[in-house]
Order: sequence, then structure tokens, then C-alpha cells
Amino acid sequence: MSRILVFVDNDRGTLSPSALEALTPARVLAEGLDASLELATVGEGGRAALEPVGLPGHVMSHPVLTDYAPEAYGEALAQLASEKNASVVISLGDDRGAEVMAHAAAVLDQPLVANVTEIVDTGGPDGAWEVIRVRWGGSLLERARLRSTLKLLTIAPHTFPAPDSAGDAAGSLTTFVPEIPDALARTRVVERVKLAEGLTLATAPVVVSGGRGVGSAENFAILEELAELLGGVVGCSRVATNNGWRPHSDQVGQTGTRIAPDLYIACGISGAVQHWVGCMASKQILAINTDPEAPLVTKADYAVIGDLHEILAAVIAEIKARG
Amino acid sequence: MNILVCVKRVPAPGARIVLTDDSQGIDTRHLGFTTSPHEECAVEAAVQLKEKHGGTTTVLTLGPPEATEQLRYSVSVGADKVVLVPADTTELDPQATAAALVEAIEELETETPFDLILFGNESADSGGYQVGIRVARKLGRPVISGLKGIEIDGDRMVGRRETDEGFEVYRLPMPAVAAAKEGITLPRYPTLPGRLKSRRAEIQEVPAGLRTGGQEMVSLLKPAEEVTETVILGHGAEAAPGVVRLLEEVGLL
Repeated sequence: MSRILVFVDNDRGTLSPSALEALTPARVLAEGLDASLELATVGEGGRAALEPVGLPGHVMSHPVLTDYAPEAYGEALAQLASEKNASVVISLGDDRGAEVMAHAAAVLDQPLVANVTEIVDTGGPDGAWEVIRVRWGGSLLERARLRSTLKLLTIAPHTFPAPDSAGDAAGSLTTFVPEIPDALARTRVVERVKLAEGLTLATAPVVVSGGRGVGSAENFAILEELAELLGGVVGCSRVATNNGWRPHSDQVGQTGTRIAPDLYIACGISGAVQHWVGCMASKQILAINTDPEAPLVTKADYAVIGDLHEILAAVIAEIKARG
Repeated sequence: MNILVCVKRVPAPGARIVLTDDSQGIDTRHLGFTTSPHEECAVEAAVQLKEKHGGTTTVLTLGPPEATEQLRYSVSVGADKVVLVPADTTELDPQATAAALVEAIEELETETPFDLILFGNESADSGGYQVGIRVARKLGRPVISGLKGIEIDGDRMVGRRETDEGFEVYRLPMPAVAAAKEGITLPRYPTLPGRLKSRRAEIQEVPAGLRTGGQEMVSLLKPAEEVTETVILGHGAEAAPGVVRLLEEVGLL
């Protein structure tokens, strides 16, 4: 029976809300291939976090693996895959998953398909697979062929729901001790700095965002005012960042933050692909723009046509008038 | 301090990506090209380190002859040397790309060893999230991805990366490799003297073997697009009551 390993990252024993997403397509794959499905994680904290999932698996254990160390993690995963003769290794393609899998792929000198959204065919000639993967941050997809004996894939985040973590019975996770050269401890977290907690782009229920149409750093004041009235935060497009109007940490987009607020208010943003992929998961979008043909206006749920400064001032006045 | 930055030339799509008739690529007839955003920031970070610590910044790209446009641009914003690794395809898989880059880097390092090699975290177009890591492993050097801050402390590269709560710090012994993310620093605009210098810049060609990797593009496809019926709430200030009603419906007021 062939073996599918699902690498599930944990941060000192804590699973992120999306940590188990890759398990959903992996289960379907295991059924289709009649393969055994096994978890792979790191450390005793990882064992405790994954036991409730109710699957068999492996806990990679080594002094270098006590905190996140991408080189050593990748080395350990590669050794596990080789030793257990795995035919597939899958991970979520979040920051760490993508990084650890790339290290494992490099160690094993095998191809790695990043950000897969669908496994189309596992029965191609010579064992080739066909998968669909993300390009351009999601505005384009690619049908890709993967030719290798060992298949390494990351799954695009937010593509599959995480399964209900409570299984029928606690899974049994066995300890795997990899051989890790001491030198690999060189790439390891040595310090953590916590920043002030509060509303962030990623968590705010409403984001009031500005682009080229805002015109200057000072002009963002009115967006700040509306965001504060609504209990949200200010975001911006790449143009606003590149012009130095807003810090990069405010940027919504493919190379900025991807957001999913209840309402996204896009002011003076035309809606290039780069921006759209960052805000397309918003539940509702209100676009404010002078151009009724702007791509973001045509993709938005609601739009107001006109000068954003005038419109925002009127909206703020209206809210204040309600008391 | 000698720094190498590996960049990728990518199309600059506006609001809509149009595919060629055979779905083998993006229709770029009406598009400009640019340096992939993460790499553009990596170039700026490298130039700033050079300005602070001395040394040279070399920018390398693997691509078609037209990619010299991006190399010249990097000279206009402060790069000292530029290198083209010629490739007539933009569809080399990550494994093959990394192998070719390693070959070119080893060739360059017979003259100048690099203390630091920077990549972008992922290319804007194909987004494989792995080339920098593969190159580092092949060269036997430490590497981190997601680099959002960089400083040099003696023989160490001190790198920061973002987490949900704040950031993590790594201290890698150099020579080291890192894959940078946009926001590590703000790229400057070219100056007039920079532009003039970029026109005269000599482009070094370093050929490398281009093998076939295990991942192959079959075709590109557009994701199913939701057709949205946009409700126009009004024009100008008169739309304010409509906007406020929407804010109430969403539960924000």
C-alpha cells in the first residue's frame, strides 16, 4: 500500500486555524489511490495538537527542531519521506508549509508543485499527474503535469475547508528521529517580537482603502476618519505605497495583505489584478470612483460615482447627523 | 560586501489578464514588462546595504534578450553589475531554473564570491515559492524566505520576517541567501544620471545549461469569474444616505 504524508505545521504546539486544510484533499486522494494517510509534524507540542485528528502519523523529534528552523524541518521531512517510502507528501502552502516543502524538495531533488487547487488526474502515462495550480496570486490558473516517483505538492490556502479536527479515536503518532547536522541550527528563530495587538487589516470587519485617486498622504485623513467611525482600519493600493503615502503594511493585494472583511470600501482604486486578488474575498465591496468603467467599479457589489473626497465628507456628515 | 540579486522579468497586467489563443501564455502584445515586485524590493535592499557597507550589487536574470530591459532598470536604481543568463523560454520549471542559476552563480563566484544572494519570495507570474531555497541548498548556504527586514551584524545577516503577532528574527552566518518580500523597503525611482548610466551599462552574459524539470505547464486557464451586478448607489454627495443605509445593513452602524 502506498503512503501519503501530510505535513502539518504547528507553532510551539499551536495549530493555525487553516493548519488542517491540506488534509481535506489528501483524504480524497488517499481513497482514490487506496493509500494510507499519515500525518507528519514536529515536536511534542505537535503530537498533542494532532492526536485529536485521529490519524496515524509521525512526530519528528530532534534538539534542533524545538523551534522553527526551516532548513532542519525540511531535512527532517525529506528523511521521513525517504525512510517511510512515501509516494506523496502534501502540505498547506502557507508561509511555513511552502518553505519547509521547498527545503524537502531541494534535499530530495524532486519537483514540487506549489499552490494546487485541484488534483485532476493521477493516472497519466508513466505515473504522471495532472493538477491545477494558482498563478498570479489567483487571477490565473495553470494545468500542470507532474512527472516524478515521489509527488510533492502544496495546497493553495483557503481552497479547501479544514476538516472537523475531532476524529473518532485518538490517532497514534510515532516518534521519528531524523539525523540533522548541527550546522543546520544556523537557520532558526532566535528572537520573537510582539507588536501591539489591535485591529489589523486581516481581522478588521471593514477596511476603508485608498488608491491613486486619493492623491496625497494628507488626503488619507478623511479615510482614517471614516474607518474610525465604523470600527475598521485603513488600507491602500500598491500605488499609494509606492508613492510613499502609506506604509507597505497597509497594502491590500497580491504582494501585500489578503483580506476578507464584511465590507471593503475602495476609494479611488481602479482595480488592477495585483489589487483585486487581495480584496476579492471581501463579503461586500463598495467602490467609490470618478470612472464608472473602472474595473473595480464593475466588479463591486455597490458603487458610488464621483469625487471620493466629496462623497466621504458627505457620508461622514450623514453618520454624525444620526448621532 | 558583495550582493547578488536574482530577478525575474514579468508582464505588467492591468485589470485583466488575456490569454493567447493557444492558452500557452499571456497575450502580452499590449502589455509592458516589469521586475517582479518582491525582487524589485530586493534590489533596493541590496543597494541600500551596499551604500551602507560598501561593496558591489550585482543583478542577475535568467530570461530572453528582452530581459536586459529589467537589468538596465536595476542599474538606473543603483546596481553596479548586471548579468543575463540567456533562456529562450519563460516556462522553465523551478527545479531547472534553480539548476541553471547555480551554474551561473558558480561561474560568477570564480571572480567575486557573494556574501549575500537575494531572491524574491515568489515570482508574480508563476509563484513557485522555491527557487531561492533550491539554490541555497545546492550551494550549501543558510536561507530564509519571507524576509521583511535585513541588517548586517559582523559576519551575520540579521533577518526579520512577519508573523501574525509581530515578527521573528533570524541570524544567519554569511555567505547566506534570503528570499525577500515587498515591503522590506521602498524602491526608489531612477534618477536622470541613473538612467544615463543604465544605457551605457555593460551586460555580462553567462550561459547555463537548461534542462527539463519534472513540472510542466500544460495550459493556462482563467478561473470562473463571478459576474457581479453592481448596484449604483448614486453620484457624488447625494449618494451619502444610500451609503449609510448599506453600512447599517452590513451591521457597521
